[in-house]
Amino acid sequence: MKRSIRFSDRLANWLPRLVLTPSLLVVLVAVYLFIAWTGWISLSSSNIVPRYDFVGLEQYVRLWSTPRWHTAVANLFIFSSLFLGLTTGLGLLMAILLDQRIRAEGALRAIFLYPMALSFIVTGTAWKWILNPALGVQKVVNDAGWTSFVFDWISQPRFAIYCVVIAAVWQSTGFAMAIFLAGLRGIDNSVIKAAQIEGAGLPLIYRTIIVPMLRPAFLSVIVLLSYVAIKSFDLILALTNTGPGSATEMPSTFMYAATFRRDQMGVGAASAMMMLMTVAAIIVPYLYSELKETRDGC
Amino acid sequence: MATLEIDRVRKSFGSVEVLKGVSISIADGDFLVLLGPSGCGKSTLLSMIAGLESVTSGEIRIANDVVNDLPPKDRDIAMVFQSYALYPTMTVRQNIEFGMKIRGVQPAERAKATLAAAEMLQMKHLLDRRPSQLSGGQRQRVAMGRAVVRDPKLFLFDEPLSNLDAKLRVDMRTEIKRLHQRLGTTIVYVTHDQIEAMTLATRVAVMKDGVVQQLDDPQVVYDRPANTYVAKFVGSPSMSLIPARLAVDGAGAVAVFDIPNEKPARISGIPIAKENATKFNGQNVLVGIRPELFTVSDGKPGRTISVHIDVVEPTGPDTLALFQIGGVEVTARVPPKTVEARKSATLTVDTTKIVLFDAVTEDRID
Amino acid sequence: MAANVRSRHRQHATGRALIYGGLLCLAAFYLMPLWVIITTSVKHLDEIYAGSFIGLPKEITFDAWRSAWSEACNGTACKGLKPYFINSLIMVVPAVILSTGIGAINGYVITKWRFPGSNFIFGILLFGCFLPFQAVILPMAQTLGFLGLAGTLAGLVLVHTVYGIAFTTLFFRNYFVGVPDELVKAAQIDGAGFMRIFVSIMLPTALPIIVVSCIWQFTQIWNDYLFGVSFTAGENAPITVALNNVVNVSMGRKEYNVDMAAAMIAGLPTLIVYIVAGRYFVRGLTAGAVKG
Ligand SMILES: Nc1ncnc2c1ncn2[C@@H]1O[C@H](COP(=O)(O)OP(=O)(O)O)[C@@H](O)[C@H]1O
Ligand SMILES: [Mg+2]
Repeated sequence: MKRSIRFSDRLANWLPRLVLTPSLLVVLVAVYLFIAWTGWISLSSSNIVPRYDFVGLEQYVRLWSTPRWHTAVANLFIFSSLFLGLTTGLGLLMAILLDQRIRAEGALRAIFLYPMALSFIVTGTAWKWILNPALGVQKVVNDAGWTSFVFDWISQPRFAIYCVVIAAVWQSTGFAMAIFLAGLRGIDNSVIKAAQIEGAGLPLIYRTIIVPMLRPAFLSVIVLLSYVAIKSFDLILALTNTGPGSATEMPSTFMYAATFRRDQMGVGAASAMMMLMTVAAIIVPYLYSELKETRDGC
Repeated sequence: MATLEIDRVRKSFGSVEVLKGVSISIADGDFLVLLGPSGCGKSTLLSMIAGLESVTSGEIRIANDVVNDLPPKDRDIAMVFQSYALYPTMTVRQNIEFGMKIRGVQPAERAKATLAAAEMLQMKHLLDRRPSQLSGGQRQRVAMGRAVVRDPKLFLFDEPLSNLDAKLRVDMRTEIKRLHQRLGTTIVYVTHDQIEAMTLATRVAVMKDGVVQQLDDPQVVYDRPANTYVAKFVGSPSMSLIPARLAVDGAGAVAVFDIPNEKPARISGIPIAKENATKFNGQNVLVGIRPELFTVSDGKPGRTISVHIDVVEPTGPDTLALFQIGGVEVTARVPPKTVEARKSATLTVDTTKIVLFDAVTEDRID
Repeated sequence: MAANVRSRHRQHATGRALIYGGLLCLAAFYLMPLWVIITTSVKHLDEIYAGSFIGLPKEITFDAWRSAWSEACNGTACKGLKPYFINSLIMVVPAVILSTGIGAINGYVITKWRFPGSNFIFGILLFGCFLPFQAVILPMAQTLGFLGLAGTLAGLVLVHTVYGIAFTTLFFRNYFVGVPDELVKAAQIDGAGFMRIFVSIMLPTALPIIVVSCIWQFTQIWNDYLFGVSFTAGENAPITVALNNVVNVSMGRKEYNVDMAAAMIAGLPTLIVYIVAGRYFVRGLTAGAVKG
């Protein structure tokens, strides 16, 4: 006697797949298809409106012969290296200091992290005011008696990008700190005790034992902050609006302006593809290794 | 209440075959224990009986109905998991009532059933607590309560005691046995602990690598293991397997043990059938002797063997004596203080319960 | 020996002093901008131009707040930030609920109803967490136009939901991986189906991660600028876009106190969420880095 399988049971078997399908489709379209679409536009002669013809790499040639784009790439390079270096270093320092059984650790952590809750537009607005030479920090120091003190980077084309670095570091260090702190808390205390028994001082223990053990945290911090650096857009608009002149142009702002302001949709798309490739080159290997490790761990 | 038949069941995950043609059949009211080391496919088989895993090939019948394609809820079963799987956000009461609620049982009836189960398992005072507020043993009770209120045809237990400490495990074991005696429901119970199997089962299926090695009453499994694997797995300390040569004399089969630099030791009166004695005459065999088959000899000649005791391990009620025969370590269970380490001793063997195995196939010789 | 101990003691004390000193300096650096924003926003404009940057206000006034809220100009109109604040609220609430709900059910399927290829699908979704949005902004603008949603808040809700799915799925997937499979099996034996298990068993246990996901999505969506400026204009702009416009309007004497009040208004909702539920915020922050 064999009971027949009811339709509802068969449906139940397929329900999970059915439920996941819309999300998958939406992401396939909104991420992968749209990337391909942008890629196509970057290979077309689109200017004001998209045109779906094919002109080969013409837009990429135009892009790379635009001085503004060279400024943007150079700025991205300066900004990313300083931003990564300072944020990682400062974040690690904060995490180590906080890990010394500090009183009011919670409050300090909250203070270091609150900028992460703010929009880059808010941050940019605030820093623009602070860095304003006529009324901000420079004025305070001048009024305090040091009249020759000059801190007018924000109005200097050569230095304005460093202002963006300051604001960005201020905003993001808390993130690095949080990840390093989590890493430090995960380290077995007995390792430190064993080293102390052998007579090693704290600085030596940190340099030779603990920091090397934070490798996964370093990897995460650097990868995720690179992504933040490459896509940073709102901070620059709010802080310098790519000025003075085009001194703080970045790929993200370049892409936006080319597409929506200068009617160079093809060039904009080409610059977007350049950004995407840079991010993918960093993120895809990272995700792959993370996922692989997870699977091995199961 | 129901019979259960598992008929040439196979299970593969991708290219890995986990169950390789398992056939088990038990009667209504039986307590079947699936016994085997971890990874041998016990949980997989149990999940297939429950309907949580699909059957690759073969048939599973509960009360003579083929249930292969029936979802778990329609199989009229209840299951207790190793980790208890209590719903963490529900109280004990809600945990027990959840299944009844889904089946549309009226609130009054639900309350009655819950109370009855709680009384039976002595956990009335726990009904309004959450799982996180319970001890391991209490969680175990709740998991059993959740199964009991279902009043199923078949109870399934997957290593329900392995997360408990030793003392509690013994108590809960008794509790489960009492439950079975009281309800009379058919039970399938998975464990890797041979003592649990011996104490609980009416039928034991010993499994290894997805194959059933022996399906029998627990006493038979203990006394007459089907092969050396079962012999070693069941019983603690385990059965000693001593290499020997089979000979035949006037009284019947004789096991001859080669002992270096001495003349061979002999144990006569090995209980095997005449035709097998003839068949295996002169061949290599393994002689299986349980520790309790040895007694300290009273000096009279007979079925005795002289040994040199290496180590003695007192356990309280008796003492384990370890010595070498034919190059393998043998354990004897003897009364306390009857033997001494690093001394010789003469032991008598109860030959009627000796089991003989083919040295090549490792199967029992009857 | 005693001298040795004493010197070790002194060394220890100076070490502690250095640690606390360093931390306090850093804390001052991190608090300074907030201090400047708040004090500036309650100063009179004359006082600001007279050169008071870091000091306490001589007299506290909320004129700048009033102005920022209901009068400030952003280039097209002078209605203050209020309508845009409301826009952001209208946008953020449905987008947070939708993306969190979808992420929850995705995470549930991926962990508890695995099927061939489900891990691969997770990988596909995951890349969406790290998508530079510039790479999809043009097609999205076209598509929104095609759907008749160009320039509308509904369009923004759609965009934020779609691009939020990756992160919310990651949150719930990593959380549900830690919930024992046996819970689902027990519920199946109790007769519960796919949806019933999700609603009665999984969601109640997932409360912490629901909070994490909501807070993360709220912060991300509230603080977004790129989508807002690309897909809306004028009336329908979210608060970040309006703030930037207010600050960049260059007519007459720059009203720094109004700018700072406007920045505070735009930042307050996420700041409050952070103060109330910082723990969950940090969990969301580190979720991208800590594998599940
Ligand atoms: N879903 C699965 N996918 C692949 N392999 C599995 C799965 N479930 C169990 N196995 C494998 O099947 C074998 C038997 O597992 P299991 O039935 O849990 O063993 P036991 O309960 O006896 O310890 C193990 O080797 C295990 O790795
Ligand atoms: Mg198991």
